[in-house]
Amino acid sequence: MESIFHGDLTVITFFPLIGALIVVILSILFRDSEKPMKIGALIVTIIEFLISIPLYTNFNIETTEMQFGVQRDWIPSLGITYHLGIDGISLFLVLLTTFIIPITILSAWNAIKKGMREFLVLVLILETALVGTFTSLDMILFFIFWEAVLIPMYFIIGIWGTERRIYAAIKFFIYTAFGSALMLIAIFYLYYLHIDQFGTASMNVLDFYKINIPYTGILGPQGLTFIAFLLAFAIKVPMFPLHTWLPDAHVEAPTAGSVILAAILLKMGVYGFLRFLLPIFPEATLDLLPFLSIVAIIGIIYGAMVAFAQRDLKKLVAYSSVSHLGLVMLGIFVLNIQGLEGGLYLMVSHGISTGALFIIVGMVYERRHTKLIEEFGGLSKVMPLLAAFFMLTTLSSIGLPLLNGFIGEFLVLLGAFRFNYIYSILGATGLILGAIYMLWAYQRVMFGPVDKPENRVLIDINLREIMVLLPLAIMMILMGVYPKPFLSRMEPTVQELLVTKFNHGVTVSETIQRKNEKEE
Amino acid sequence: MLAWLVLAPLIGSVINGLLFASGFWKKLIGGDDRTERRIVSFVGCGVILISAILTSILFFRLFSLDPIQRQIFEELFVWISSGDFSVKIEFLFDSLSCVMALVVTWISLIIHVFSIGYMHEDRSYSRYFAYLNIFVFFMLILILGNSFPLMFVGWEGVGLASYLLIGFWYEDKEKASAGRKAFVVNRIGDFGFILGIFLIFFIFGSTNFQEVFGKASDPSFMNVVPGVVITIIALLLFVGAVGKSAQFPLYVWLPDAMAGPIPVSALIHAATMVTAGAYMIARCSVFYTQSHTAQIVVVSIAAFTALLAATIAITQNDIKKVLAYSTISQLGYMFMALGVGAYAAGMFHLVTHAFFKALLFLGSGSVIHALGGEQDIRNMGGLRKFIPLTSFTFLIGTLAITGIPFLSGFFSKDEILGSLYESGYVIHWIVALMTVCLTALYMIRLYIVTFEGRTRVSNNVKSHIHESPLSMTIPLLILAVLSIFGGYIGVPDFMGKVIGIAHSNVFKDFIMPSVFVKETVTSVPHLFGHWSITVLSIISAFIGVLIAIYFYAIKPSIRESLIKVPIFSFLYSFSYRKWFVDEAFDTIFVRPFNALAVESGKFDLKRIDGAVNGISEVVVKAATLMRSAQSGLLRLYAAFMALGVLAILLYIIYSA
Repeated sequence: MESIFHGDLTVITFFPLIGALIVVILSILFRDSEKPMKIGALIVTIIEFLISIPLYTNFNIETTEMQFGVQRDWIPSLGITYHLGIDGISLFLVLLTTFIIPITILSAWNAIKKGMREFLVLVLILETALVGTFTSLDMILFFIFWEAVLIPMYFIIGIWGTERRIYAAIKFFIYTAFGSALMLIAIFYLYYLHIDQFGTASMNVLDFYKINIPYTGILGPQGLTFIAFLLAFAIKVPMFPLHTWLPDAHVEAPTAGSVILAAILLKMGVYGFLRFLLPIFPEATLDLLPFLSIVAIIGIIYGAMVAFAQRDLKKLVAYSSVSHLGLVMLGIFVLNIQGLEGGLYLMVSHGISTGALFIIVGMVYERRHTKLIEEFGGLSKVMPLLAAFFMLTTLSSIGLPLLNGFIGEFLVLLGAFRFNYIYSILGATGLILGAIYMLWAYQRVMFGPVDKPENRVLIDINLREIMVLLPLAIMMILMGVYPKPFLSRMEPTVQELLVTKFNHGVTVSETIQRKNEKEE
Repeated sequence: MLAWLVLAPLIGSVINGLLFASGFWKKLIGGDDRTERRIVSFVGCGVILISAILTSILFFRLFSLDPIQRQIFEELFVWISSGDFSVKIEFLFDSLSCVMALVVTWISLIIHVFSIGYMHEDRSYSRYFAYLNIFVFFMLILILGNSFPLMFVGWEGVGLASYLLIGFWYEDKEKASAGRKAFVVNRIGDFGFILGIFLIFFIFGSTNFQEVFGKASDPSFMNVVPGVVITIIALLLFVGAVGKSAQFPLYVWLPDAMAGPIPVSALIHAATMVTAGAYMIARCSVFYTQSHTAQIVVVSIAAFTALLAATIAITQNDIKKVLAYSTISQLGYMFMALGVGAYAAGMFHLVTHAFFKALLFLGSGSVIHALGGEQDIRNMGGLRKFIPLTSFTFLIGTLAITGIPFLSGFFSKDEILGSLYESGYVIHWIVALMTVCLTALYMIRLYIVTFEGRTRVSNNVKSHIHESPLSMTIPLLILAVLSIFGGYIGVPDFMGKVIGIAHSNVFKDFIMPSVFVKETVTSVPHLFGHWSITVLSIISAFIGVLIAIYFYAIKPSIRESLIKVPIFSFLYSFSYRKWFVDEAFDTIFVRPFNALAVESGKFDLKRIDGAVNGISEVVVKAATLMRSAQSGLLRLYAAFMALGVLAILLYIIYSA
């Protein structure tokens, strides 16, 4: 029990499942009221967030080993274990998940009209699957969680979505499941390769890092397995041109679905790059780097251009995600510390800003039942508080300094500049394009006269909605003004990855040693 | 102390924003509007007063130090740290930032006070002060930040404040668009700035001012760095300056920015924010001094901008637009000086310009206020009788900007023209002289058409004309005094000698330790002495004045008949339509961009998503096809089996 206060990954991973059970019990006890189960789910997710905080406070930045590790035998004959652990890459993704989910539940308070119990249960199952994806260090365990994410998300879009929800849900499911099918084959290939090379069966991710996969060009063993993983993750990110499932899924999903999708699900793809692709396939990564970087840059510019052309506010935000994730990926592909750390940071920032954007769009949608930009205008006058939050979020999204978005963008572009200045120049156009489409959207929705009679009677956000947006707003400012607690925890892991796999810079232990010498 | 000086306006903004503009005060405490407004004004102006006083204290502390040691640092915490890149929140108070901070805080204070009167009827009074305060906060970060990224924070931050304040009356679509235009155009400049920062880090391994400038002024380091790199750094930073300080071709946002309330135009779009580019170049003097190419680019763009804007200002009828183009033109002067390495002269003009341009803008505000919102000078005239104080102070501002001897603008302009000539930029000097003449022409025109002659104000409005309240006229008087006497801190040495003061240019002596100049000044043979250059610029100013008086006061009929001459009518419409620059931008950039975006949207839907759906259709079709094979006919299955066996046999035979 005491270990909870020190950070227990098993508890953190599976607590939401217990929460799902609690919700079901509450719904049976209070048959005629939804409130108890909503409050129950909210409390469960808040507790979940609280018990994940020790991961942050007790995180040791002087090591690059996996922390809070748990390892038990599961299927010993096949080398499959129950193995959890986190490092600087997964830490903030776990925290982002546990931070976003309670906000999502609070935001869905009145938006879910039917089947509240099922909705809550699915969200809680989803949380377990997401946390599990980020914490598991066994390939099979990871794959189970990775796939398990799809199912609740599929139902959330398919049941509580808007008109074309079935199409969007199936598209989402098939597209991403297709990616993971190839990945599974690649996992088995690596598994047998490991047996060949080391004589033992192991599905341990860290063992996979040690496998020597012969690299003979892109159609060789390493090339092909790399592509199999690449497809799975690139679809999830999503990278251009594999992104078209995203706008559909976003537009049709209920607000809560969009928020989880944008804030957390997309990060599974980026996480995959950092956890599997880069460390397991360094040669293939290096070989394909120019190609991948250019694809990422196309994503930045193309996503922004298409976002500018959208008439549906939610679609606009969806395409802005394509653009921002392009920048994240660029940061990862430049393979230096600023790029990778910036990419990681931008990914977390994007979760917060874009999550907030979807929540805001949802708040407007609940009132007006439309997401078409031309249906709005002048909302600042009738909803001044929402206008303030929306402005802050917009600024965070376009990377205004002292807000979260800037730190990541700055570091990514700085890293890109050191790698190849042309990448940086092209990537930095995203700063201009972002301002163009976001401010234009903001203006059309919030500024101008209130010329539609339906808009005149809109009511400003209430206390609950303020409580939904406030934590996000605080994080935007905090992460923009004082990024050090985040960056310092990401740095050792990122640095170690670069040094051990790409011979880049000095190892963390050397750095610490030098620092200590300097202090002495 | 340095930190508090920066933070005070932020605190004011947070109080006014979170407590009052959000409506929480009303919900929690209630009370009437008047007390609420009083608290808002008190907080809004009070925090600026605190900053101004702290700046002054620091100024005296700095002044008491030995000139080469005039630097005060204050470090707060490490902001971003990633690998070998690290940037601190650290402030630097040296003579350069001191001058800027003094101008910014005190002018801000005057304009905050003016705003109390000017904005008193506005519904969003507290929001206005929250924005104005946050502007001062970011401006101070820009000035005092001790590294490029921190300067960039202020740089983008003032852009945000500018955006919010231009679009302050957001219910008007045009005003909202003007704000957005300002932000986006500035972002284009910031694009250059941020790449400049990256390159600086790439070359110097740091972004901290001391480390970068230390290495950049170290000959042994600079021998290794190719000269072209320094030029590129200087030019990238200059792109940022061009955006922020409204130089050609990125000046297009500034005239539109006049959509904001007048005090905002005075503070942000005339006196302080738009001079940030000039400050940046003075700060980075080490790059410009060492790159002749960059200098030529800066001077040329500046000279062209100064002339272009002046020619446009002559024919505009909106009082604020005239002043806006005048600002662009005057910023051109500053950049000309900076471009030839006369950093003190450029900074000096920045200071005097802040005085008289703030005065002119607030004066025009007083006019507009008196006329109930009228901005078209064709509907003014003869206002001197109705609002004498405004009219008098406006005249002082006009004379100061014109360069009439012994007012502030005279000294600073003279320095700039002198330095242009002395550095050998003769063509640029001639352009500057022409601009002096044009400046006199459009400013005197503006004054005459607005305040002199017979009034063209409708009777309806005339009965309401009133001189502005004290909160507005006192700022005008203070600025008028500064516009007259402000120049005496920087009287050129050769003028000082006449009255027996060897070092009369106190300002220059104060600034010089903060900037980097070449030790060996290539002196161009003097065709004329200093005085003759001064006399020439006075003459060209007077020519402008006389033309304006002749055409607008003495013989307006001649002007009207002259305009009918084809060549003049062409020139007139060319100037009146602002050289068609906005239209050109629209055709070259805006429309193609929009079209491209729309095409991309279609492409995404039809081609990329179309391909995805196409694949899924192929799968479905293939499945349908396969299904037809499962007919249930045993004979068919047997036939397939036989064919299969045959194929395998053939394969084995031929491969063996």
